[in-house]
Amino acid sequence: MNHLMIAPIVLPLIAAAIMLALGGEQRRNLNAALSVASTLALVAISIALLRAADAVPTGMVGVYRLGDWPVPFAIVLVVDRLATLMLLLTSLLAAAAVLFSLARWHRVGVLFHPLFQFLLMGINGAFLTGDLFNLFVFFEVLLAASYGLALHGSGSARVMSGLHYIVINLAASLLFLIGISLIYGVTGTLNMADLAVRIPAIRIEDRALLEAGAGILGIAFLVKAGMWPLCFWLPGTYAAIPPPVAVIFAVLTKVGAYVVLRLWLLLFGDQAGASVQFGGEWLLLGGLATVAYGTVGSLAAQDMARLAAFSVIVSSGTILAAIGLGQVGVTGAALFYMISSTLGLGAFFLLIELVERGREPGADVLAVTREVYGDEDELEDSEEIGIAIPATMSILGVAFIGCALVISGLPPLSGFIAKFAILTATLNSPDSGISIAGWTLLLMLILSGLAALIAMTRAGIRTFWASPDRTIPRVRLIEMAPVTLLLLLCAIQTIEAGPIMRFMQATAQSLHAPHDYIRGVLGSRAERPNGSTGPT
Amino acid sequence: MEIVLALGIGLLAGSGVWLLLRPRTFQVIIGLSLLSYAVNLFIIAMGRLKTDTAPILTSRAAGDLAHLPDPIPQALVLTAIVISFATTALFLVVLLASRGLTGTDHVDGREPEL
Repeated sequence: MNHLMIAPIVLPLIAAAIMLALGGEQRRNLNAALSVASTLALVAISIALLRAADAVPTGMVGVYRLGDWPVPFAIVLVVDRLATLMLLLTSLLAAAAVLFSLARWHRVGVLFHPLFQFLLMGINGAFLTGDLFNLFVFFEVLLAASYGLALHGSGSARVMSGLHYIVINLAASLLFLIGISLIYGVTGTLNMADLAVRIPAIRIEDRALLEAGAGILGIAFLVKAGMWPLCFWLPGTYAAIPPPVAVIFAVLTKVGAYVVLRLWLLLFGDQAGASVQFGGEWLLLGGLATVAYGTVGSLAAQDMARLAAFSVIVSSGTILAAIGLGQVGVTGAALFYMISSTLGLGAFFLLIELVERGREPGADVLAVTREVYGDEDELEDSEEIGIAIPATMSILGVAFIGCALVISGLPPLSGFIAKFAILTATLNSPDSGISIAGWTLLLMLILSGLAALIAMTRAGIRTFWASPDRTIPRVRLIEMAPVTLLLLLCAIQTIEAGPIMRFMQATAQSLHAPHDYIRGVLGSRAERPNGSTGPT
Repeated sequence: MEIVLALGIGLLAGSGVWLLLRPRTFQVIIGLSLLSYAVNLFIIAMGRLKTDTAPILTSRAAGDLAHLPDPIPQALVLTAIVISFATTALFLVVLLASRGLTGTDHVDGREPEL
């Protein structure tokens, strides 16, 4: 079990290195086989880690000290409930993306599989690390790989949106560094658990500097999470990137949300002295504004790719606002929502490409124009009673309904349970009555669900029912399988909602009371044979 | 010494932000480079400035932070330099690709209509 903890980082690294060493692009089939094997192994490893985390009451599988240095100085990897949960989510979506890419997409540009494995390495590392600067390094690994993947397939639309994406992220990385160095300058440590111990003891005159550092650090993550007003790069980029890449990019926004969840609750939780819940109201307000922006955007979107991109923003905003409420129950429900919405969005990104294949470019804009100005040849339709719907279209249509149900949060799929859980948790808050913020969150959740439903229905009618002169898209089994798989996972999440929700609540408990995390990390120095330890 | 460093960082960061907001890709990349220099200096400053100290442990003397600069920010800066160098090089490639595909060096890929 001990070395299994670092496997999610090492395995994709080795797989990518082998691919490059064996000649990169010349051996595409071998690369594809290695990539599939590595991704499926990651699924197995993360399931094993998740089960291990669920088996112990503290949720701490263990702490992996790189180089076996004593703890406050070593870079540590920490495997707890939240980390294993995120690992599993990433590996499932990665498996779907890799399978999907085998049909066509890994051939449209160079080095898809090695870049994809490096991206997985960066994401997994960001989830596992317990050190602030190491987090920066893994962020850069995942960003560098994501720059390559965003440009996969080239074309001027991708290069332009890729250019904006790279500049925004380079600037955010610089903010990340400023935040880290300010925090180091005040506290003298970069280990997250050690930071949590030291922050209550920070002198009052240094506290402003610490909070400034934390705020700047937060902006760097919120750019990635896509919080309004830092999210204007997101719709263009997400609509332009290749679909298998978009699936894994849906996880990238969740990496930002993960770091906020982890660091904010660890550093500014209930024991943080004078800085308790620092910035919480900003998270809440920003999250609500993000939901509003995403809702308006998804109603205004004229094609499905932009609709999906705005749904990503709504999903991010909901999670951030729910975290910002700072209540254990709501956080647990938000985690459930995060899993459900990410799976649903992943399936949706893949489905869009399949559906759009049969249409001429610009068909959506034409359809909108037609809605406004009326359809001139409506009368001809009466002749065409009784055309059989082809099997491909009906399968795609059912999958589309599945995605719409998950994203808009209607029963019977997991999106409904997720939103329902957030609503009940907000209504049953332990404080006397519900705050205005709680009511606003309720309202925004329901409104955004309604807007998503309207937008999805409109897109669905336009694509499946009212589309003139369409050709039936050719869809291969290997492309349909990942979509079905992701929707099936949403169905499983619905059926097994009880145990999964219990796990989420346990995760939220340990996030809000991080004693086990801190003790797990700092206590592991006692295992060292010589026993010499640094000052705390 | 502090005031010189602070002015230097401020000048670099100010110029960097100004250039970052300009419409030409070349200005953007120079702006990002200047900003990363400013950030690197800032990281060093966060390890506290010291003059007349040994750069590394001298032989046979016990390590004492009173007589040594803080080594961690130096390690951080080293990593940050490498990473920002690599990402800037990558951005340069995208910049050239964009110039080749669109025929203009405007960040939006087309000249603004006057």
